[in-house]
Amino acid sequence: MTDLKRPVLEVRNLSVTLPAGADRVNAVEKVSFTVNPGEIVCLVGESGSGKSVIAFTIMGLLAKALKPSSGEILLEGENILAANESRLRELRCTRMSMIFQEPMTALNPVMTCGLQIDEVLATHTQLDAAQRKAKIIAILERVKLPEPERIYASYPHQLSGGQRQRIMIAMALVLDPVLLIADEPTTALDVTTQAEILKLIAELQEGQGTGVLFITHDFGVVAEIAHRVAVLRWGELVEMGPTEKILSRPEHGYTKMLISSVPSIHPVHRGVRKDGPTVLRTEKLGKTYSASAFFQKTRVVKAAVDVDLDIRKGETLGIVGESGSGKSTVARCIARLIDPTGGKIFLGDTEIATMPAGKLRPHRRRVQIVFQDPYRSMNPRITVGDSIIEGPMNFGLKRDEALARARKLMETVRLDPNSLDRYPHQFSGGQRHRICIARALAMEPELLIADEAVSALDVSVQKQVLELLDEIRVRLNLAVLFITHDLRVAAQICDYVAVMSKGHVVEYGSAEQVFGAPKDDYTKALFAAAPGRNWEFGKFAAA
Amino acid sequence: MLDFIARRLIAIIPVLTVVAVFVFLMLRLTPGDPAAVIAGDNATSDQIADIRTKLGLDEPIWTQFVIWIGNILQGNFGESFFFKKTVAELIAQRVEPTLALAVCTLVIAVTVAVPMGILAAYRHGSLIDRFVMAFSVLGFSVPVFVIGYCLIYVFAIELGWLPVQGYVRIGVNFWGFLERMVLPSVTLAVIFVALIARMTRASVLEVLNEDYIRTARAKGLSNRVVLMRHALRNAAVPILTVIGLGIAGLIGGAVVTESVYGLPGLGRLTVEAVLSRDFPTIQTVILLFSVVYVVINLLIDISYTLFDPRIRY
Repeated sequence: MTDLKRPVLEVRNLSVTLPAGADRVNAVEKVSFTVNPGEIVCLVGESGSGKSVIAFTIMGLLAKALKPSSGEILLEGENILAANESRLRELRCTRMSMIFQEPMTALNPVMTCGLQIDEVLATHTQLDAAQRKAKIIAILERVKLPEPERIYASYPHQLSGGQRQRIMIAMALVLDPVLLIADEPTTALDVTTQAEILKLIAELQEGQGTGVLFITHDFGVVAEIAHRVAVLRWGELVEMGPTEKILSRPEHGYTKMLISSVPSIHPVHRGVRKDGPTVLRTEKLGKTYSASAFFQKTRVVKAAVDVDLDIRKGETLGIVGESGSGKSTVARCIARLIDPTGGKIFLGDTEIATMPAGKLRPHRRRVQIVFQDPYRSMNPRITVGDSIIEGPMNFGLKRDEALARARKLMETVRLDPNSLDRYPHQFSGGQRHRICIARALAMEPELLIADEAVSALDVSVQKQVLELLDEIRVRLNLAVLFITHDLRVAAQICDYVAVMSKGHVVEYGSAEQVFGAPKDDYTKALFAAAPGRNWEFGKFAAA
Repeated sequence: MLDFIARRLIAIIPVLTVVAVFVFLMLRLTPGDPAAVIAGDNATSDQIADIRTKLGLDEPIWTQFVIWIGNILQGNFGESFFFKKTVAELIAQRVEPTLALAVCTLVIAVTVAVPMGILAAYRHGSLIDRFVMAFSVLGFSVPVFVIGYCLIYVFAIELGWLPVQGYVRIGVNFWGFLERMVLPSVTLAVIFVALIARMTRASVLEVLNEDYIRTARAKGLSNRVVLMRHALRNAAVPILTVIGLGIAGLIGGAVVTESVYGLPGLGRLTVEAVLSRDFPTIQTVILLFSVVYVVINLLIDISYTLFDPRIRY
């Protein structure tokens, strides 16, 4: 980062026009910033802020509907916004590279990983096959993949998510580009894998002096990796500066609001009471999947093993864990969306684990779920009003009574009761979430299950939904089972926390106890991997 | 894999059983007496009864079925009522033109349709794309015999480039064979070109929106490499599926095409056998078609593994 070197990337006054009829004229509006050699610059913003559009404009990979309308993009002094397609092709992967959010879909599923990297070398260099192979094996070693020879011959689906992202990084860095653009490269990964990938990117770019433009929505990641931060809102750059300054002394109101919305990793003291009646109790709950075929050994997957949980009225129990830990399996067993293969589930005094479907029906009302994706969990051709009253009417409520209840619930979730006759697509993501919550509450459940219910939301919206959920819990004295992979969210909303790993509950206790003094090694590793754990995000008065 | 093939081959047995029962009953429950057809217009009812006894048609229906199945299991497909030959001989004589027609049609259809579909997808929304889509609609909607007669009129009668009708065995005169295969294959191929081109277009379009296509472009690969190496192979499975399904349609199309062009194949044999109520021939031909269909689809399923390493049986 010496001043003698010129920046690897200079974006000057860049504007990108959206097609007519979009919610605003420009996806990106007069944005300027630089990335110096050896520097990691984070572009932070919520969805729709234009951060990915900037990345794709630099690479020349914008969708046809979007048009850069003004400005310059200088890559080592060359204006690549004016470059033709064949010049851009020459620059891609040699001077500038990009890695993407979802390493599963970003790799071609029908080509071996080795060949996919080989393509880069075959396209851009004169190396012969043996030299290319040697270079690929070397880069696979550099990104710390075990057994490079085996990985070379593997297809993407045979690798784990973290390994696939390493392949992407290897592919991007094999020709030592001066600029690496990373578009949310760790968002789809588990927290422990994320920590490793972040470490790897930082190491590699430091070694080679690569400039990195890192796009993320996660302030934890920013705190972990960035040298400088640029905050975007609605296509405009609102604030830019060194990481430490932006995170601790933000000037712009929007930045202050964003940073204040980041949930703290330290649990709030909520005064745990142990007096309410138990709403749900599981006893050695288990779910085993087995796939058998003719002449083949039966494959058995134990998704949940001996899970003992209990939730009292007015309490929130969080289940945290990485993907494949079994947390959603447990939630689905409790709601009897899938049938458990072992153990007992007591809903109040009723044992429902083995209850046949016909007898179970009256009890269905008592447990309701809110899912992760509010758009896909609502029927797009039914008005939200009909969605909300469908359940209660099914249990015998008259239409006008159900509608009255729906109107009241819309107020509870702070939406306009007059919008009941609208369709899901007419609401924003956060609003749809509120509707899903209203729909669940319309059944007057005893237990509300939130399955990664806030994971897809922007941090400011997430904050509002979390507050709403907590408020409803208090007001209705509900029992809530909260499934999440996000430790910060769990710290803010849970009274009790169960940490799951590979189908087992490895640690179970009050939030303060689990977060304050974790006993299990896995829990400790999980906390150690949480990005930005050492950074206490300040609460700023909204401007 | 071997396990999968074995299971699929075993699964042919119930399929054939159902087909056998169904065909047998259908033939006997529909009106029309083969004995009356054979005896001719001036036959007395005694003569017809004699023929019925000779053919075994006076037995109860279940006895007839058991005898037929028993013979088939011993490899005896019976004797044609009408052609005075064993059914096996008859089919052996007639199989070549149909096989030739099917192979030529498939070759034409795939070599024309797949590039057409790729081009339409690559130039999505362009004039070429609209032309391909328009051709698809046309190819679906115009009946095979109309296309056949139009082609005969233009290329055989007006231009005189190709013979109107007939068949020359491939072993007798190869050029004569090719000359006479062109029009029938093109005729039959039209509908498959429409079907396969449309499927290829849809499948490639979908793949072009995938993240790994973006990755391939971010690597600096040329459009041609992105399209041929990354898109096409990923788009292959639905295209293969439609080709497999198309082969069933090919059998129906062959019946019409062979009649229009006077090809002495299995399609025309089926028509002749139906018109003369030649029960053993109809039954055997339909069983044969079923076996071909099941085996082709098995081959298609196996070919998926060549294109997509994630598919394992």
